[in-house]
Amino acid sequence: MDFKSSLGLIAPEIILSVSSLVLLLVAAWAGDKASRAISVIACFVLGACFFLVAPMVCAGVAGPDAVAFDGLFTADAFAGFAKLLIFAATGAALVIAPSFFDRTRSMKAEYPVLILLAALGMSLMVSATDLLTLYIGLELNSLASYVLAAFLRNDERSAEAGLKYFVLGALASGILLFGMSLTYGFTGSTDFTAVRAALTGDMSTGALFAVIFVLAGLAFKISAVPFHMWTPDVYEGSPTPVTAFFATAPKVAAVALLMRVSLDAFGMQADAWRQIVLFVALASIIVGALGAIGQANIKRLMAFSSINNVGFILIGLVTGTVDGASAMLVYLAIYIAMTAGSFIAIVMMKDENGAPVELIADIAGLSRSKPLLAACLAMMMFSLAGIPPLFGFWGKFVVFQAAVEADYVALAAVGIAASVIGAFYYLKIVKVMYFDEPADVVKGSSDWAHWALLAISALFISPLGYLLTGWLGGVADKAATTLFLVAA
Amino acid sequence: MIHTIAFYIFAAMVIASGALVIMARNPVHSVLWLILAFFNAAGLMVLVGAEFIAMLLVIVYVGAVAVLFLFVVMMLEIDFAEMRAGFVKYFPIGVLLAIVLVAEMILGIGAYSAGALHLGTADGTGAPLIGESNIESIGALLYGRYLFLFESAGLVLLVAMIGAIVLTHRERGDVRGHQNINKQVRRRPDDATVNTRPEVGKGIEL
Repeated sequence: MDFKSSLGLIAPEIILSVSSLVLLLVAAWAGDKASRAISVIACFVLGACFFLVAPMVCAGVAGPDAVAFDGLFTADAFAGFAKLLIFAATGAALVIAPSFFDRTRSMKAEYPVLILLAALGMSLMVSATDLLTLYIGLELNSLASYVLAAFLRNDERSAEAGLKYFVLGALASGILLFGMSLTYGFTGSTDFTAVRAALTGDMSTGALFAVIFVLAGLAFKISAVPFHMWTPDVYEGSPTPVTAFFATAPKVAAVALLMRVSLDAFGMQADAWRQIVLFVALASIIVGALGAIGQANIKRLMAFSSINNVGFILIGLVTGTVDGASAMLVYLAIYIAMTAGSFIAIVMMKDENGAPVELIADIAGLSRSKPLLAACLAMMMFSLAGIPPLFGFWGKFVVFQAAVEADYVALAAVGIAASVIGAFYYLKIVKVMYFDEPADVVKGSSDWAHWALLAISALFISPLGYLLTGWLGGVADKAATTLFLVAA
Repeated sequence: MIHTIAFYIFAAMVIASGALVIMARNPVHSVLWLILAFFNAAGLMVLVGAEFIAMLLVIVYVGAVAVLFLFVVMMLEIDFAEMRAGFVKYFPIGVLLAIVLVAEMILGIGAYSAGALHLGTADGTGAPLIGESNIESIGALLYGRYLFLFESAGLVLLVAMIGAIVLTHRERGDVRGHQNINKQVRRRPDDATVNTRPEVGKGIEL
């Protein structure tokens, strides 16, 4: 693979990096006045990258043609699928930001630039087939995320969220790096294919430590139990558009990365990591479901909801089959739509001064003052709970189906039982909105862009979404197959 | 022969200046001893043929890190006497940590030399170029095979810079200390002076 064709394969990444550099210069000269214009341009850039990647995913690109820079980077259909989700979710985080920050005049021109650079880091992560690319992509995304979490620097909670995220994220990076150095030491390479080849047969204790440390570092990034402590605090303290971003795009990137690392690099040692992933999946489902019950803040509740969902996604990884991987991708797509939709609805809830409403008690009786908004949020909650006519049910269904087919019936049973517990707090929000005495806190209106995004996500998770199941399943199957092709 | 002599000179100097770093009463002297230790470590690196690391030690550690230390020591008022006061209290913990560390090293090296550890063999893609200095080998890898990662790492640093500026830069509302010459020249004496005739025993109000 020569240099020119390698450059062709990283075209979306080149577009992202060049445009973020240009927009950074625009931000430097034009100042914060131009932040809205820069956001719009950044959205178009993400759209362009989206449509650049989309044909590649539909064609199911795989094999040596998709490998760039001697195996450092792989632009296969699996990476493409994850990139589509990442670019879409990142675009949503850009659209909902300006009106949120404008109230306190804290919108800065650097916000869209940082978001673009974070998207670049995530697209490096999902394409990484070398430990070095993995780490650089992860750090690019994480560094931008730390800054975004602390973006409202006059708000104490935001600063606290940024600091907490930074300290714990640095610790997780250290753990990951330690695991990577052990991996390199025991396999002699950083390339996933070479690591896979070196880890056949009986694995030494040292190599087992390497696997555990790498998985622990990545579990932090997807906020899986027992590395989830930071999630509620960071999600609560960060500005809501940033929280929406954290709950969607980086989750996809980190889950895709975890899939590639465990199925490709450590693919021959599936028995070694399976029990770890199994424990993490079950613990995430249960802690996510139980932890959310007592929450009074809706952003904290969504944090536990994301922990819970990560657990369901990891059930697909436990199976270690193509079906399981495909189910994970389908679940991710639906999860993105549900979570982004919920957060858009949360951003749209403002009191009469335009200040964000975050307490669950304050949205009591929302169905009377804002029937449409309440209906959309209720739909998201029903879907997150996995109640059948909505699309959220399908995601859980495919994951449990994959688990049952791979003979993990007990795991599926525990997962289903825990999702009943989870349904309690989702339904509590619906109950508060529809049956409680109105608190009359939510006032003010939102612009058309919010409504449009909310409508798109609501349409996707509505029963109409089932029309997509065949197509979505087909694309996800193709993407999951490429993951196993690389491994073979 | 001269190799061995040079090694012992450099090694002795490193250990001696390292000891003096923690013994010196004046923190500025500590930093200066540290710089001497870095220089001698660089000499050791040259002896083993790692001239790139030797250069890094001088450029990065002496040039940047040590100067930074010096700034910190000189600009922040750190009460070193108070910091030393805890020394006796934490001495047992320090000794314990040292013992654990030594035990780990002995176990690790022992296990390795006994053949209990099977390390992977490098695939050879990162092997040094034959007949070239290691600076050229590193350059060939960094700007050839790993060019993509080199550029990406540049973006990581850029994000760190943007982040530091976004989180700390504040627009100053007042233009204090900003001279507007045009305004000064345009100002007429009539604008600046006023005649008043205050009553006897009373001040004027400006």
